[in-house]
Amino acid sequence: MSKPNERIRRTHEKVMAGLARRRAAESRFRLYGLASIAGGLCFLFIMFGSIIHHAGAAFQQTFMALDVQFDQQLLAPDGKWDDEVLQAADYGALLKQSLAALFPDETLDRQQKRALSALLSSGAGYELRNILVADRELLGTTQRVWLPASDDVDLYAKGQIDRTIQESERRLNDQQLGWLDKIQAQGRLQKRFNRTFFTAGDSREPELAGIRGAMTGSMLTLLVTLLLSLPIGIATAVYLEEFAPRNRWTDIIEVNINNLAAVPSIVFGLLGLAVFINFFGLTRSSPLVGGIVLTLMTLPVIIIAGRSALKSVPPSIREAALGIGASQMQTVFHHVLPLAMPGMMTGAIIGMARALGESAPLLMVGMVAFIVDIPGGITEPATVLPVQIYLWADSPERGFVERTSAAILVLLAFLIVMNGTAVYLRKRFERRW
Amino acid sequence: MRNPEKQPSTAAFSREHAATVGEVHAPRARIQCRTVDVHYGEKHAIHDVNLDIGHNEVIALIGPSGCGKSTFLRCLNRMNDTIVGCRVTGEILMDGQNIYDESMDVVPLRAQVGMVFQKPNPIPKSIFENVAYGPRIHGLAGSKLELEEIVETSLRRAGLWDEVKDQLLHPGTSLSGGQQQRLCIARTIAVNPEVILMDEPCSALDPIATAKIEQLIDELREDYTIAIVTHSMQQAARVSQRTAYFHLGRLIEVGDTAQIFTNPRHQLTEDYITGRFG
Ligand SMILES: Nc1ncnc2c1ncn2[C@@H]1O[C@H](COP(=O)(O)OP(=O)(O)OP(=O)(O)O)[C@@H](O)[C@H]1O
Ligand SMILES: [Mg+2]
Repeated sequence: MSKPNERIRRTHEKVMAGLARRRAAESRFRLYGLASIAGGLCFLFIMFGSIIHHAGAAFQQTFMALDVQFDQQLLAPDGKWDDEVLQAADYGALLKQSLAALFPDETLDRQQKRALSALLSSGAGYELRNILVADRELLGTTQRVWLPASDDVDLYAKGQIDRTIQESERRLNDQQLGWLDKIQAQGRLQKRFNRTFFTAGDSREPELAGIRGAMTGSMLTLLVTLLLSLPIGIATAVYLEEFAPRNRWTDIIEVNINNLAAVPSIVFGLLGLAVFINFFGLTRSSPLVGGIVLTLMTLPVIIIAGRSALKSVPPSIREAALGIGASQMQTVFHHVLPLAMPGMMTGAIIGMARALGESAPLLMVGMVAFIVDIPGGITEPATVLPVQIYLWADSPERGFVERTSAAILVLLAFLIVMNGTAVYLRKRFERRW
Repeated sequence: MRNPEKQPSTAAFSREHAATVGEVHAPRARIQCRTVDVHYGEKHAIHDVNLDIGHNEVIALIGPSGCGKSTFLRCLNRMNDTIVGCRVTGEILMDGQNIYDESMDVVPLRAQVGMVFQKPNPIPKSIFENVAYGPRIHGLAGSKLELEEIVETSLRRAGLWDEVKDQLLHPGTSLSGGQQQRLCIARTIAVNPEVILMDEPCSALDPIATAKIEQLIDELREDYTIAIVTHSMQQAARVSQRTAYFHLGRLIEVGDTAQIFTNPRHQLTEDYITGRFG
């Protein structure tokens, strides 16, 4: 055995010899970490950049100013103008008249007249009717009103019409472009904030389509999911973790819950179709059924996250409470659950965020239908954001491309709000031990 | 570096392992343990322990680390129930009733048999709440004032009051290790248990705080029964009337404290108290 001094010196030498290698390994590892984070951020940037780039246009919509003469003769030929007559009046003719009045020195054949009418959205007539119903005094006067232009004009105003391609391939022909140039020169075209997008339901016409229906549908569906899955999930987690005896049965239940978490979500959709719609006869396409199906899907996530949150509470805290004679239930509800709550909440919100983005199982229960009305309750037909995105992405109209991106943005905003809530709740309830 | 003239303790152990040396019975027994065995899964942690603990008695449990002192102590208020895979067999009678009976309710048992754990485990709430929790769930205080009084007395008896009286609403976990230990003692005595189990209550305390706790134990003995695990021979000698020596899960020797420390009858006990191992 060498002398102590010698041993200390040699130990020191060995430590120093290895030091450079250890430092190198450490900085290499840091570099890998930084590189992967940078890579991830880069992709995120590209994705967001492209979505925002596309979506930007959807938040603006083109309106056209027309001098509309609310002609009594045309609207109410018999001289009566009660509500019924005003509802049923021929606003299309009124629009045609007003459009033709823009070009008094041109005589148009029928086809050209149709081409001229196509510059306005098919919803412009309804707009006119709403204006008139709201203020009947306007009858007989001439007013300048701003009406939604068609989606092709919208593209024109946003500079997305390529004049170099052949006329037959273009969405707008030469004559229409000529008209539009004149209309624009008169200052009758204006891009405004697209309120319709946030207030309307779905539509076949891009310029009339809105996200409100899908947003309401998503909220109702998530509400059902939350109200069902949170209490059931937390109760299950608490029971299994704190009260259930450890035996073969609880083992089987645990294995099954873990398996359920791995089941593809579309299977839950099929289950929902077979059980809730065909057997129990609940309404098809309704947020109620969608919410129940999503509950089946999120329950395992909430239960597993809840159990691991409960498991991470140190046993010494249970012992402390039990040791002074607290009952099992008092121990759990006074001490364990408050400590596990942040973890449980995080799990629940991750589950809810997954449910928000889920479309496959909802297709199975009919939430993919074309629904114009904004749902007013959990039993009315509805669709949800991801399904709406899927539907719009599938539509050929150019105007739906930007609306798809805008809908994605809305969905992402929802997700960010939910995750923000999760972080807030965690910070709020977090306590150290 | 053992003295070669002494008999190897393993030989002595195998020769005498069948029975405990000394008087396991106490004249006025409050707790009677009969053929207690404890298993942690496959591991046999306590072998066939018979031991009485009397009224108004402080018994010290000593022995090398890992010999099963804590395990035995935790049997006495059924704290081992919370450990998955832990199995206790045999009988433990508290005032004549078997606490491992099917009909036994552990909630009043644990209120009656308080425990100070080896590792201080304040609950993550305020200092006040730590002490007040027990009296509150058992409904011991009629009013808020009464509760505050209980908290103050308990903290005073545990020798912590002067240090924390201005920060009762601070979290109990923010205290130092030794303060936490005293907080746990205060929490235990706040529910007036008749039996107190203390697992190394002074392991993190300075001599002054230790003296305070030892004084508390002396006071409590007037009315209560106390079992204390300690690694300090001096402490065992100071506070206890009887001492039990454990070794590898067996109760080797029990006797009056004075006799154990001056004249141990078992080779293993002698090796331990003279500092040969442990
Ligand atoms: N929860 C457990 N699971 C499995 N084995 C355990 C458990 N707790 C204790 N043991 C085992 O039981 C034996 C006795 O442990 P115990 O904690 O009672 O020792 P101790 O005498 O209190 O020691 P120390 O003086 O170090 O506190 C040890 O060998 C230990 O490995
Ligand atoms: Mg111990």
